[in-house]
Amino acid sequence: MIRLEHVTKTYPKASRPSLDEVSTSIEKGDFVFFIGPSGSGKSTIIKLLLHEIQPTKGKVVVNERDVTALRSWRISGFRRQIGCVFQDFRLLPNRTAYENVAFALEVIGKSQGVARRVVPEVLELVGLGGKEHRYPHELSGGEQQRVAVARAFVNRPLILLADEPTGNLDPDTSIEIMRLLDRINRTGTTVVMVTHDSNIVNQMRRRVIEIESGKIVRDQPRGVYG
Amino acid sequence: MRAKYVLSEVMVGLWRNVTMTVAMIITLAVSLTLLGASLVMYKQIEAMKGYYFSKVEVSIFLKNDATEDQQHALSDALKSDPLVKQPVIFETKDQAYQKFKVQFKDAPDLVKATKPDSLPASFRVKLKDPKQFNLIHDAYKPKDGVDDVLDQQRLLAKVFGVLGAAQNMALAVAIIQGVAALLLVGNTIQVAAYSRRREVAVMKLVGASNWFIQSPFVLEAMFAGIIGAILASLGLVAAKYWLIDGTLKPLTTLLTPVSWGRILWMAPILIGIGAVVSGVTGWITLRFYIKK
Repeated sequence: MIRLEHVTKTYPKASRPSLDEVSTSIEKGDFVFFIGPSGSGKSTIIKLLLHEIQPTKGKVVVNERDVTALRSWRISGFRRQIGCVFQDFRLLPNRTAYENVAFALEVIGKSQGVARRVVPEVLELVGLGGKEHRYPHELSGGEQQRVAVARAFVNRPLILLADEPTGNLDPDTSIEIMRLLDRINRTGTTVVMVTHDSNIVNQMRRRVIEIESGKIVRDQPRGVYG
Repeated sequence: MRAKYVLSEVMVGLWRNVTMTVAMIITLAVSLTLLGASLVMYKQIEAMKGYYFSKVEVSIFLKNDATEDQQHALSDALKSDPLVKQPVIFETKDQAYQKFKVQFKDAPDLVKATKPDSLPASFRVKLKDPKQFNLIHDAYKPKDGVDDVLDQQRLLAKVFGVLGAAQNMALAVAIIQGVAALLLVGNTIQVAAYSRRREVAVMKLVGASNWFIQSPFVLEAMFAGIIGAILASLGLVAAKYWLIDGTLKPLTTLLTPVSWGRILWMAPILIGIGAVVSGVTGWITLRFYIKK
């Protein structure tokens, strides 16, 4: 599903590469944690997978497609196969939970009829049934992140990328969000999560890839934070 | 749904930034008015050139004391000259005076002060190629009985020089105004994109196509361009009504009349130019601003 082949990324003006000759592969349906200290290069991987940045060297293959060779007009289509959740939720403040999720459908050309059918369903799935018409500021952090997960999942992506999704949440809420991601993973969606929340990694017991100074130092099938 | 979404975004975008929108429309309108005026003038000058140059004559004025023999010799020479278009017309002193009286009937004092005898007789000829005036001038000027050889084309060239300069001025101001207008368009689009940056970020994230993200902004710019062009067309109509058919009416015998058709034709041209140029400007601005 996802393959990194000798990927090096050096940001302009940086003295050393953020990722240095990183190679790994993630199978369909996997649940993978990327862990490591701040600045180790974890988030760079998410950006590469989203085609927000290009690797300096090497190949990024997603769903059998070489992302580095993607034509600019194909990027939008490529991103529809990928859902994305961030630490800061990135919701539109002037839209309700329902509208935030529906917006994601609307802007890729789905009709309002589709939205009316699918959005309540997915909000129910993330446990926000009954709160569809609340605005983000009327929801707790955990609930906002659920809206974000709903938005990421509403198009049934093949891959869900999560960049420190629990970074702004308390431990109990974090565990709820993890349960949600786990459920999504069980539907067959590959989940790639960047985190430095040791509690969560230790509880989930999933594959752990540890990165330090741009290199993979550990890759364990049912790992702990260490 | 998409069309409704895009249109409501366009209206919200224009309204949110209404002072800039107005400034953008005004500068676009001024620029397009001048551009339109310049185009009309250009067409007009071309038409006038065709009209006048087909009538332009070379006048060979005779000295007051020219003899009949000299006159006949000149007449024969002109009739056999390959550069000259036949027939050659001879205007006697009397004919010249009659013509003068008609031309200056509005100035009876001038007519009274002019004696019938004081206007010279002349040959009026047209050239097969008006550019060969110099050859005619050099051939006939030294002949006996010839006072002067005058080419009307030279006078016309001066008139057209003035008209052409006015047209160039209008064009130059149109271009300067146009640059200012396009900078305003770019700025307005940038402000609009900034105020919607969250939406744009989410749209990119969930995989909205580039044209879908950009179309409300581009349409916003095109809308302003079209409104500006409509105002400019109304400006030209007003200029035709009050200026050309009003204040400058007495000059229409000199300046060939500007037809309504020519003015009205400018409207679709200006609307096209306004829409395309400001739309493209908006689009280019976005490529720098959104794409990264």
